Amino acid sequence: MLEIRNLRIEATSFPPGEPPKNVVLVHDVSVTVQKGKVLGLIGESGAGKSTIGLSAMSYGRGGVRLTGGQVLLNGRDIRAAGPADLRKLRGREVTYVAQSAAAAFNPAKRLMEQVIETSLLHGLMPRPEAERRAVDLFRQLGLPNPETIGTRFPHQVSGGQLQRVMTAMALCPRPDLVIFDEPTTALDVTTQIEVLAAIKRAIHDTGVAALYITHDLAVVAQVADDILVLRGGRKVEYGPTRQIIKDPQQDYTRALVSVRSLDHAEKPEAPPILSVAQVTARYKGTNFDVLKNVTVDLAPGQTLAVVGESGSGKSTLARAITGLLPPTKGRITFAGRQLSPDLKGRSKDDLRELQMIYQMADTAMNPRQTVGTLIGRPLEFYFGLKGEAKNKRIQELLDQIEMGRGFVDRYPAELSGGQKQRVCIARALAAKPKLIICDEVTSALDPLVADGILKLLLNLQAEAGVAYLFITHDLATVRAIADRIAVMYRGAVVRYGQKSDVLAPPFDDYTDLLLSSVPEMELGWLEDVISRRKMAAAGN
Amino acid sequence: MMRIPISALIGLVFTGAYFFCAIFAAWIAPYGMAEVVGDSWEPWSAAHLLGTDTIGRDLLSRMIWGGQTTIFVAAAATALSFGLGSVLGFIAAVRGGWVDQVLSRGVDLMMSIPSLISALVVLSVMPVTLPVLILVMGLLDATRVFRLARAVAVDITVMDYVEAARLRGEKQMWIIFREILPNALSPLVAEMGLRFIFAVLFISTLSFLGLGVQPPMADWGGIVKENKEGIVYGIPAALIPAFAIATLAISVNLVADWVLNRTASLKGGRNA
Repeated sequence: MLEIRNLRIEATSFPPGEPPKNVVLVHDVSVTVQKGKVLGLIGESGAGKSTIGLSAMSYGRGGVRLTGGQVLLNGRDIRAAGPADLRKLRGREVTYVAQSAAAAFNPAKRLMEQVIETSLLHGLMPRPEAERRAVDLFRQLGLPNPETIGTRFPHQVSGGQLQRVMTAMALCPRPDLVIFDEPTTALDVTTQIEVLAAIKRAIHDTGVAALYITHDLAVVAQVADDILVLRGGRKVEYGPTRQIIKDPQQDYTRALVSVRSLDHAEKPEAPPILSVAQVTARYKGTNFDVLKNVTVDLAPGQTLAVVGESGSGKSTLARAITGLLPPTKGRITFAGRQLSPDLKGRSKDDLRELQMIYQMADTAMNPRQTVGTLIGRPLEFYFGLKGEAKNKRIQELLDQIEMGRGFVDRYPAELSGGQKQRVCIARALAAKPKLIICDEVTSALDPLVADGILKLLLNLQAEAGVAYLFITHDLATVRAIADRIAVMYRGAVVRYGQKSDVLAPPFDDYTDLLLSSVPEMELGWLEDVISRRKMAAAGN
Repeated sequence: MMRIPISALIGLVFTGAYFFCAIFAAWIAPYGMAEVVGDSWEPWSAAHLLGTDTIGRDLLSRMIWGGQTTIFVAAAATALSFGLGSVLGFIAAVRGGWVDQVLSRGVDLMMSIPSLISALVVLSVMPVTLPVLILVMGLLDATRVFRLARAVAVDITVMDYVEAARLRGEKQMWIIFREILPNALSPLVAEMGLRFIFAVLFISTLSFLGLGVQPPMADWGGIVKENKEGIVYGIPAALIPAFAIATLAISVNLVADWVLNRTASLKGGRNA
């Protein structure tokens, strides 16, 4: 069906202040996809997985050129095909499902129009037939009201539904090959599992071949027949899914498979350093409580994980504790003092002892300040350190976050994603805090890098005895780091206690759904979960 | 170092030359500012390189002295408008709430009246001196700078690093000058070139209408006014200051474009 031989992809980069140079993005990669089979492309960001995926329709994003090798689709080499040939091919033989469905749909047109657009454009079928096919696909993908959902606009359906509509759009013209580019990455775990199951069923029923691009090995293990592991544009390992998961040959693959297997022994209960009592909060100008009677405690040197899907109020809880969103009701006590609800009423010590680390390290650092300034400012501000003493302390902190020398004069843009997050951690540590609020600090990072950050955080906790309030949607992270867990749903804490209690049955419905939705690095996990849920539903 | 593109080089040379003449007018100008040295509208000659004007003053000297006035007034007004406009704009963005409302609506009110009209009204009742001119132009222009500075700063104040600075307990001034200003600089610098040019055009317009720089002081708009009758007789004296205004405008813009390109690709800069 699709055969890629010795593919080489290059691009020209324009570093500021230097002459343009040629960068090779993909070195000599060969794969084959047979009819009805799914190939998973996996690797961290910058591994070239999307670039290879798009080469299957002979497309290079912004200045990317396919410079060597062959891309054979149905036996024809399409690498050098002209624009007219490609136009006939794209959307007819090969279709594409993008990561962010919300950004990929035209908000001004109804869903049906967009789903059948390619089929009509290529003259594959008359409009009534295309619409019938679209409705069939909607039904196959488990969308609610398949007959009428096409008349809605993109903003009128949820993110998970939109992703399924986009899958229907890709399948509608009966293509030979579909490229899925991280279709579930932007979704909540509970939604991801539904979309994943729908995609898998649709691939199976239509017998189409597919390329499935993702950074999450556990996800790809559920849908792919073969897996290609990529790193830095080179092939690391290529083989059947079973072999990659059960018997990985390369060190890098082994690291990927064992990722998220960090385990953490929970510490005993202790008197709290932070206690949040009956806190209710709402945003100005709304009449809806985003936090409802939230009560949680956190002991010194321990970690409280706050889990929930997007919109559950996790980050709002952090804003209430830091004073950015003064609660309308309730008390927050920290280190024996009652905290003023408002940021302005807090003492310098309150501010110093309560630090925060953000999800996006990029936006959490001023791009015009060097690492030295970023870490040095809290030292200067809270402790009045200057000159040599300050520089020495900055270096100590850099050593603590395992970055060593030579970073002091760098700007954030000159750091990798993991390094950026480390600098943010150092900036928080510089204040010698008693509590650090970590807001999804690992979710924007590649799995291996995220593991490194988690290990670092645990080491620092052991050294400095700092407590963490760890906000995350990822339950694997929770297992790795938490002593206590609070599960949030629609602004309220639905389950709360020591980790061993929260993660042990009997579960409430929501916690059960959340726990069972986390992809596991096991073959057949998806089918197990789905069939278990069906049985439970039938039993009710 | 980065190579200077040819357009920026041309801009730099012209801008530099004009500023040089303006600053060292006292040494360069062959005659005094208001010295009558010949007949009216003498043609170009070795003694008077650009000829003489309507009452027999050396036109080259008038041009150099006039350039000094024009560039000084425009530069001072631009500096005033930027100082005032950007600081107020940042404050409005950082404080939000009623401070923002009062400042923004006040600016809207000022902008609803064409600035030339309001300038003419104010200048017709005030004594027309250089400080008054600079003040009026600076204040009117500050409204434009305010809007830009506020728009840019509103985007920056929602960034996590500003929130981090707030959580650290930083004072408002630190947030404005250390967190926001460095990141708002590129669009402001580009705007500064543009606003300087508008100031040159504005002061020239005022002088041409007789409410700007008062005779016997020279400025480019005034020179056009004094010599405009000559055009009918084929005498180019009025076109020379017009040409100077146009070339200054273009060359400053070329420089501003280049500066914008450079600052946008600085280390750690946002590729805006």
